[in-house]
Amino acid sequence: MSLLSIKNVTMKFGGLTAVRDVSFEVGPTDLIAVIGPNGAGKTTLFNTITGIYTPTEGSVTLDGSPINTKKASDITKLGIARTFQNIRLFNNLSVIDNLKIARHTRIQYSFFDGIFKTKKYKVEEAAIIEESIRLLKLFGLEDKKDLLAKNLPYGAQRKLEMARALATKPKLLLLDEPAAGMNPTETKELSNLIHFIREEFKIAIILIEHDMNLVMQIAEKIFVLDYGNLIASGSAKEVQSNPKVIEAYLGAEIDVEAH
Amino acid sequence: MDYYLQIISNIGIFITLTLSLNLINGYCGQFSLGHAGFWGVGAYASAIYGVYFALPVDPMINMLISISVGFSAAALCGLLIGVPCLRLKGDYLAIATIGFSEILRIIIMHTESVGGPRGFTNIPKWTNSFWVWGIVILTTIFMLNLKRSAFGRAIISIREDEVASETMGINLFRFKLFSFIIGAGIAGIAGALVAHDQQFLHPNNFNFMWSVCILVMVILGGQGSVSGSIVGAIILTLLPEILKLIGSDISVWRMSIYSALMIILMLTRPQGIFGPHEIFEKKRFAKKLQKGAA
Ligand SMILES: Nc1ncnc2c1ncn2[C@@H]1O[C@H](COP(=O)(O)OP(=O)(O)OP(=O)(O)O)[C@@H](O)[C@H]1O
Ligand SMILES: [Mg+2]
Repeated sequence: MSLLSIKNVTMKFGGLTAVRDVSFEVGPTDLIAVIGPNGAGKTTLFNTITGIYTPTEGSVTLDGSPINTKKASDITKLGIARTFQNIRLFNNLSVIDNLKIARHTRIQYSFFDGIFKTKKYKVEEAAIIEESIRLLKLFGLEDKKDLLAKNLPYGAQRKLEMARALATKPKLLLLDEPAAGMNPTETKELSNLIHFIREEFKIAIILIEHDMNLVMQIAEKIFVLDYGNLIASGSAKEVQSNPKVIEAYLGAEIDVEAH
Repeated sequence: MDYYLQIISNIGIFITLTLSLNLINGYCGQFSLGHAGFWGVGAYASAIYGVYFALPVDPMINMLISISVGFSAAALCGLLIGVPCLRLKGDYLAIATIGFSEILRIIIMHTESVGGPRGFTNIPKWTNSFWVWGIVILTTIFMLNLKRSAFGRAIISIREDEVASETMGINLFRFKLFSFIIGAGIAGIAGALVAHDQQFLHPNNFNFMWSVCILVMVILGGQGSVSGSIVGAIILTLLPEILKLIGSDISVWRMSIYSALMIILMLTRPQGIFGPHEIFEKKRFAKKLQKGAA
């Protein structure tokens, strides 16, 4: 059975259709890439999956139950986590606090436990710190745990955002251009990291990426969006030789040059 | 002697007010400019209890009841205003909260049974500095422990980035409303204290200027910092008294001095005295910041 199923999803902003009639399925440990020219609707697709936007039409189901009308916060609780194209960390909080916040939906102790610092609170907080440090170690960030997020170098901020998404304990992780602004060495490291995450956490991953090398290297399946339409899907080879895809990309390039 | 006791009580009352606004403004990042309104609701509600409904019991018990009345009345107002207004952002919320507190003041002004424009008199004296400072200590502990719990972290994350916060599974509306209700409620407790301490209330004691004063106290200390709120409230409650000693007419000068202070602060230290940090973590943070920059 598929983990995530998207059926005929359309997202309109007034007269603009950012995503048009898109359908696809994601299995429990799939590693999928979504590609497409600028403005193709990739981020918008993520926003409709994560509940930032409610799709104008169509349905999104996770584990068989519909989530397309649910609030973003409830969707996180059900098991979808994401990162943002323009990094959105809690800038004035420490690295470890960023991760602690991500545990929000998994907290068992009550408000009164927190105010009166009961045993239950102490035990759980200790566990949260331990788990957060374990995650930071996986991402090589543990020596930076007390720095403010905004003081991290760019690459480390991207990593922290991924770690924070994982700290919500998702079944599906959405990464919006994780390699943006990274140099080739960092990108290589990132591709190893993404593989590692899937093996370690046994989750499905969808990433949006412009770096074709990275996409071809790690994605088992590629979806191509163009002007909101899903114009192709398949393995790296299949997609590369698809005439529609070539046209979309060449067309986009000509457009860019015309400006 | 009485004069100094009065100042000590006033400092405690303003610390309570500043801590409660710090929850809304400093922790949660919501720009409320009607805090004196919640203070006033609490004050008048507990005064009404004291004057018209006091039970024939020990003053201590009556004070406890009165505090609960003040808290509940103000928290209820927080709920009624919060539900429609917390969907507004930034300046709009500020305007809506100013509107609320002014409407409330005008209603009180025209209600004869609470003295109207002449003020509410003969409120029983049920409190003293011990009560006030007891409340200050409880509020301080509450705010510090809240900050270190998952619920406080959720509220603070809303201030940092609403979209990211929601994506972490935090129900924005619920936590904004929570901050608003509890912040209003604690301001209501400060109202009960002032009513039974001074035994006299006037609607103008809860006007817009006082909302600004409380906000300035929060900002001076550092938004989000409990230590900051305490220090900010102490400084700005003592300042007028000191000016009075030098003989200036404070009612004329207060707003100009506050404005000048705000301008200097914004130019030299916009994050306030403590930033979002606490006094006991100050050194540690300074070191970390240096390490981060290195
Ligand atoms: N909130 C919004 N309101 C109006 N239009 C929007 C909104 N969000 C996105 N759009 C429009 O939808 C289209 C798709 O945008 P989207 O951000 O999804 O593209 P993208 O594929 O992620 O592009 P990029 O590669 O540049 O990130 C664009 O034309 C964009 O202007
Ligand atoms: Mg995008």
